[in-house]
Amino acid sequence: MSTAASPRRARPLQAVLAPIVLGLIVVLAWQGAVLAFAIKPFILPAPFTIGAQFAGNLQSVVAGMTVTGRNALVGLLLGVVIGVLLAIVSALVRVFDAMAAPIVSAIAVVPIVALAPVLYTMFGAGAETARQLVAALAVFVPVYFNTLKGLRQVRPVHRDLMRSYAASSWQATRAVTLPTALPFVFTGLRIASSLAVISALIAEYFGGPVGGLGKSITSAAASSNYGLAWAYVLGSVILGLVFYGGSLGLERLALRRT
Amino acid sequence: MTAGSGSAGAVPAVDVHSVGRVFAGRRGASVIALDGVSLTVAPGEFVSLIGPSGCGKSTLLRLIADLDVPTSGNIRVFGKPARQARIDQDYGIAFQQAGLLPWRTVAGNIELPLELHGVDRAGRRARGAELIDLVGLSEFAGHYPDQLSGGMQQRVAIARSLAERPSLLLMDEPFGALDEMTRERMQNELVRICAETAAAVVFVTHSIPEAVFLSNRVVVMSPRPGRIRSIVPVGLGDVTTRGEGLREDADFFRSLSTVRDLLHADEHGDPSGDDRPGPGLPRGVETR
Ligand SMILES: Nc1ncnc2c1ncn2[C@@H]1O[C@H](COP(=O)(O)OP(=O)(O)O)[C@@H](O)[C@H]1O
Ligand SMILES: [Mg+2]
Repeated sequence: MSTAASPRRARPLQAVLAPIVLGLIVVLAWQGAVLAFAIKPFILPAPFTIGAQFAGNLQSVVAGMTVTGRNALVGLLLGVVIGVLLAIVSALVRVFDAMAAPIVSAIAVVPIVALAPVLYTMFGAGAETARQLVAALAVFVPVYFNTLKGLRQVRPVHRDLMRSYAASSWQATRAVTLPTALPFVFTGLRIASSLAVISALIAEYFGGPVGGLGKSITSAAASSNYGLAWAYVLGSVILGLVFYGGSLGLERLALRRT
Repeated sequence: MTAGSGSAGAVPAVDVHSVGRVFAGRRGASVIALDGVSLTVAPGEFVSLIGPSGCGKSTLLRLIADLDVPTSGNIRVFGKPARQARIDQDYGIAFQQAGLLPWRTVAGNIELPLELHGVDRAGRRARGAELIDLVGLSEFAGHYPDQLSGGMQQRVAIARSLAERPSLLLMDEPFGALDEMTRERMQNELVRICAETAAAVVFVTHSIPEAVFLSNRVVVMSPRPGRIRSIVPVGLGDVTTRGEGLREDADFFRSLSTVRDLLHADEHGDPSGDDRPGPGLPRGVETR
């Protein structure tokens, strides 16, 4: 067991190290290029300038991450719960699946942030609700599709087994269908976690209260404070990574058995 | 009816009465998987179904298990309709694929039916441990299926099928995927388990020695449409007292060649495949 696990354990280190090395090379090349070609900061500020701005405005960047992060998290939880529940209903009730399929497909092709302005007028421009709903809708789509796909992976031999046990539909769902679907749910969650952050952030561009990363980026750029704008962008990247890493960790935790 | 049948008047474990099963194929073409099949299995009797692939062995087993429904005829299990017997959990079943739940341990898999039927935790633990012992996997109770060999997985599946002490065991080529060594060991174990549980068994196999070694009667089937060609009583005495030595026995070889001749009847130009005994059939073979 331990021997089987050790090559797997070696991989994450590599997986973490390789992009870090690449990232460092890119940052250094970037810094070098900005200096060598005297690139104007409104075109592209030097990474060290961005770093200095990030450190100097840490408090407000973190505050922005908190606001946007909370919206993304609320949206993520809401979208996941609704996505999973509706997928279960679709898997159990054929009629519902037939009714839901075109609607969900429609949601999937609509750029969901386009709904933001409408939602701001519905829920008031002073509230975060619109952003959270935008995130929830964006999250809902991949979670619903992946979960539904997962729920349909039950092996015939397991279905026969459950029938031979005269298991109720709920018992079969709990004992076989949900555990079979779980890896698929987590794939959906991983995709959704990034979408939640992106959607919550972009929704800020269309209105609503200030304080989030999206608003901060636009206002810093509008006042020609390009280093600061990029510092907020860096904050967004970190927030995205936190969400992605969080969902990945949750997946590892849930699917680990030994 | 034949050697190995229970006393007259006892309710048979399985009573299959002129059962047919037609599968609707593509564009109207349909497959007659079973046609006019009748078979009675006495309580405690071990009956094997043997025949070329596609002759309807699995289909017949699935019908008895009420995993599928016959197109014609009817099936009673312990005197009840097959559906009622399934609901009453009168049988345990094991498939060719072990069909274990990969996210459950060996113990968790074996306890699954008990859990579904509301046996309390302590009861599950006790019965689970007993069964794990029975199939010789005590050291592996906490292991997951993918950490076990195919033979071990199959033993877990058999233990699971025995969990609720069924008086009927349905097994569809449970040893089909195993190597010859493991297979013979598992057969010996199955004989021992049958002796301990006194369950009737309907056992699908495509191995002639396996069928003869294990059974009171061997049902030889023929394909297209799936029918029972004949039923061979194996005169080797009580199944539960059979041991390794039997494999060397002269009677064992006689039954072996009887079944083999029946299976290969087509290749010898024998027109049977219908219900008449062919001219080349050995004596002492019950035909229907
Ligand atoms: N679900 C099904 N749908 C259509 N045809 C089937 C189905 N199950 C079995 N059959 C057909 O019925 C025949 C008997 O199959 P089966 O009982 O699996 O044979 P065996 O187990 O003896 O190999 C085969 O021709 C097979 O193709
Ligand atoms: Mg088969």
